[in-house]
Amino acid sequence: MSQPHDVTSPSVQDYEDAVRRYDPVLGIEVHVELGTASKMFDGAPQTFGAEPNTAVTPVSLGLPGALPVVNAAAVEYAIRIGLALNCEIAETCRFARKNYFYPDVPKNFQTSQYDEPIAFDGHLDVELEDGEIFRVEIERAHMEEDAGKNTHVGGSGRIHGAEYSLVDYNRAGIPLVEIVTKPIVGARERAPEVARAYVSALRDIFRSLGVSEARMERGNVRADVNVSLRDSADAAFGTRTETKNVNSFRSIERAVRHEISRQAGVLDAGGSITQETRHWHEDTGVTSPGRVKSDAEDYRYFPEPDLVPLAPSREWVEQIRAGLPELPSVRRRRLQAEWELSDAEMRDLVNAGATELVEATVAAGATPAAARKWWMGELARTAKSDGVALEDLPVRPEHIAELQSLVDDGRLNDKLARQALAGVLAGEGSPEEVVTARGLEIVSDDGALEAAVDEAIAANPDVVEKIRGGKVQAAGALVGAVMKATRGQADAGKVREIIFSRVEG
Amino acid sequence: MAETSLTHRSAADLADLLRRGETSSVEVTQAHLDRTAEVDPAVHAYLHVNAEEALATAADVDARRAAGEDLHELAGVPIAVKDVVVTKGQVTTAGSKILEGWIPPYDATLVRHLRASGMPILGKTNLDEFAMGSSTEHSAYGPTRNPWDLERIPGGSGGGSAAAVAAHLAPLAIGTDTGGSIRQPAAVTGTVGVKPTYGGVSRYGLIALASSLDQAGPVSRTVLDSALLHEVIGVHDPLDSTSLTDPAGGLVDAARAGDLAGMRIGVVRELGGEGYQPGVRASFDHAVDLLRGAGADVVEVSCPSFDYALAAYYLILPAEASSNLAKFDGMRFGLRVEPEEGPVTAETVMAATRGAGFGDEVKRRIILGTHALSAGYYDAYYGSAQKVRTLIQRDFAAAFELADVLVSPTAPTTAFRFGEKVDDPLAMYLNDVATIPANLAGVPGLSLPSGLSDDGLPVGFQVLAPAREDARLYRVGGVLERLLTDERGGPILDRAPDLEVKA
Repeated sequence: MSQPHDVTSPSVQDYEDAVRRYDPVLGIEVHVELGTASKMFDGAPQTFGAEPNTAVTPVSLGLPGALPVVNAAAVEYAIRIGLALNCEIAETCRFARKNYFYPDVPKNFQTSQYDEPIAFDGHLDVELEDGEIFRVEIERAHMEEDAGKNTHVGGSGRIHGAEYSLVDYNRAGIPLVEIVTKPIVGARERAPEVARAYVSALRDIFRSLGVSEARMERGNVRADVNVSLRDSADAAFGTRTETKNVNSFRSIERAVRHEISRQAGVLDAGGSITQETRHWHEDTGVTSPGRVKSDAEDYRYFPEPDLVPLAPSREWVEQIRAGLPELPSVRRRRLQAEWELSDAEMRDLVNAGATELVEATVAAGATPAAARKWWMGELARTAKSDGVALEDLPVRPEHIAELQSLVDDGRLNDKLARQALAGVLAGEGSPEEVVTARGLEIVSDDGALEAAVDEAIAANPDVVEKIRGGKVQAAGALVGAVMKATRGQADAGKVREIIFSRVEG
Repeated sequence: MAETSLTHRSAADLADLLRRGETSSVEVTQAHLDRTAEVDPAVHAYLHVNAEEALATAADVDARRAAGEDLHELAGVPIAVKDVVVTKGQVTTAGSKILEGWIPPYDATLVRHLRASGMPILGKTNLDEFAMGSSTEHSAYGPTRNPWDLERIPGGSGGGSAAAVAAHLAPLAIGTDTGGSIRQPAAVTGTVGVKPTYGGVSRYGLIALASSLDQAGPVSRTVLDSALLHEVIGVHDPLDSTSLTDPAGGLVDAARAGDLAGMRIGVVRELGGEGYQPGVRASFDHAVDLLRGAGADVVEVSCPSFDYALAAYYLILPAEASSNLAKFDGMRFGLRVEPEEGPVTAETVMAATRGAGFGDEVKRRIILGTHALSAGYYDAYYGSAQKVRTLIQRDFAAAFELADVLVSPTAPTTAFRFGEKVDDPLAMYLNDVATIPANLAGVPGLSLPSGLSDDGLPVGFQVLAPAREDARLYRVGGVLERLLTDERGGPILDRAPDLEVKA
């Protein structure tokens, strides 16, 4: 099915030319895995990284006789998502069976909502880089179950040429919500940026709603991007392609941009676009054709007879609405004001994924400025050089607050604080514990410092002479000697004070 | 106590004997196993006999009884289970080659209730493959024979459960009824069978045929025995979304009530005329007369949409079955067949497995159902059938305004001979014409023997009640059974020929 890339053909258009000549239309389908304790239709636990086929029951294995039961928590999560996206919540809706044979679908049908989604007709206002707000209309958000995971062994690791394939059903039955936009029109040359900002905004919403960890790299959030071009904003929609499983924000932007250029090239050459699914290649930054998607594909949908219709009461929906947390865009504006940040500073914070971390650090007692300095400075550098997400660093916001308070109390200077942080990151404990274990604390014991100063004075009579002669700056040499002797743990100001009192006294 | 007297007792009698210490569960269980060893080679009611586990359960119950433990009323009374119900550690095949040798890792909910009640499970009974048929001729493991005449069908799909009970190989059995698979076999074997209200018995662990129609229920030789078993299995189950939260109760009391004063009984005009064997009609009419004599108010009711029930049923059932049976693909359990030529891929293995593992009737219905659900045909077929279903539900609602229960012959004919209809699916399907409406509407139905037809074979009498009013079935059935037994001077199965005991 995967064919050689056709994208090196010279027909790919320059992007700027492409958007000058054509009006892009997008449609985005985002799947989010819900972080419920158990699966969509059975009691099997949700786990990530468990031994294959251990998080399963007769239901998620599709054994003969097994029956589904709807997970009420998943329904609540879906309603939360629907409400956050300004959707209507259905008074009654049903699940359907989507019938197709594939080894990762244990029953050979997927239980999914079809023509009766739980949420529909909503919108999301997304903020672009420059602060412009773009409204994305939401067609629907519906519930479904995930499939298992195939691993092809031997050959290239793809299905063709593999010696055999293995299926892990741990993922089978994990609850998903699929959010489908209406055609996104009017974004013009900013279409790639809108796509990225939309998915990013959704990710933030999922997290703030507490419905998913929403980790892109784990596939908790997956996006399929439909792109078509038309001659002008009042022309009929062109034929679309669907690029599947684009799983990072940057890739979404790149994939849309590439697909616009590619389609423009085909159209310019007098060709026509094939309605098909396409694969995104992260390494080369291009898409390649997958299977041709004809409208004749027949899933033989029919209402799932093993489940009764779902009828969330209006009281329950209102209760959920009342319990919704502050949404990310609102919260962002509030925090920006509270922390007195410029638009650019706030955007940097958001783009670095540091907002929650800074907020938690402030909550633990640090000033916003100090919290931001740590997370955007030393910690951002460490994360980058370790190649991990900021939030995955082995340090908690409380640690950073504690570290800062050690500095504020004069017990650590900047250099010592960085060493203490290194200890925390190395798993040596809290900053206080690291300071104790490594003996990092500033030496402020006057007796110890006076002894060190006396030693330095005795060893450097010429310097003492210079100071006494009025060359005050010569004291630097003595300070340096004391700092060296105390391995940097002395408070330099204090040392200077003692030197002058001794020399002049 | 002699073995035959134990096998010819009702479950209620056995329960009494056990309670009084006059026999033990091991004795009762062994008596049924012995008779099965002797008789079943001729009948073939069982696909698997489970002597070891049944005797272990029996011994355990006996020990608990000896220790003075408080036991369930039916504790120690053995039972047979239709092989479409999954039993942990016991082979479950649904009568299909595609599940040959499959040992489920879990119990159906109703099986858990049987075990919790201390009922030894004698074995798994034969059926038409995946419960598709009315004769057990579609079992991949050979047909079951009717104890009344070994050249005739025992009904289907639950012919094995009905024959096991009729041949005294088990006092009780579990059946499943999608369009009559409990009631029609009961009718043609002279036994009692009940399809509870849809949702009354958990479907968790029933290998699904048509999810919106399937319902498990009791098979027995007396109305009271069915009521006793129905109360064991009729429990709400959180693992089945369609399970009723307040299943019908008072069934045993109703079976013992013995009073029909003031009850309105509706004879359904559309279930009885043309196509019904004269001997069947005569037996039915006589039973209605007896009920009238017992104080019931007999009225005629009309359910005009019933004429379309069979057609609607044969769209809904195959549609749901085509999807339910998709999981049998050789990937995770059961038979796995590799293609004889060409590449071995998931797709070709699935095709080869299904080609080799399913019988013709199953394939026929999968093809029908796949077509009925196809884009462009859905509205005309599946959609229309669902509308007919609604009309049938309205007919029932209207009829139950006029009558407390409805009655009809259970099946249009007595047991037919093997091979008579096996190549004529439409003739076979017509056998279920009187039982199907209850499944389409989800209402409960009971069949009990009303007597013998002029061919000397048993005739079934069907009672239907509104949803959740299962108790009415037992009340009417209990009274009619007593009247008929008194008139006859004994149970109808006493009229059945002695089965040749294998030397």
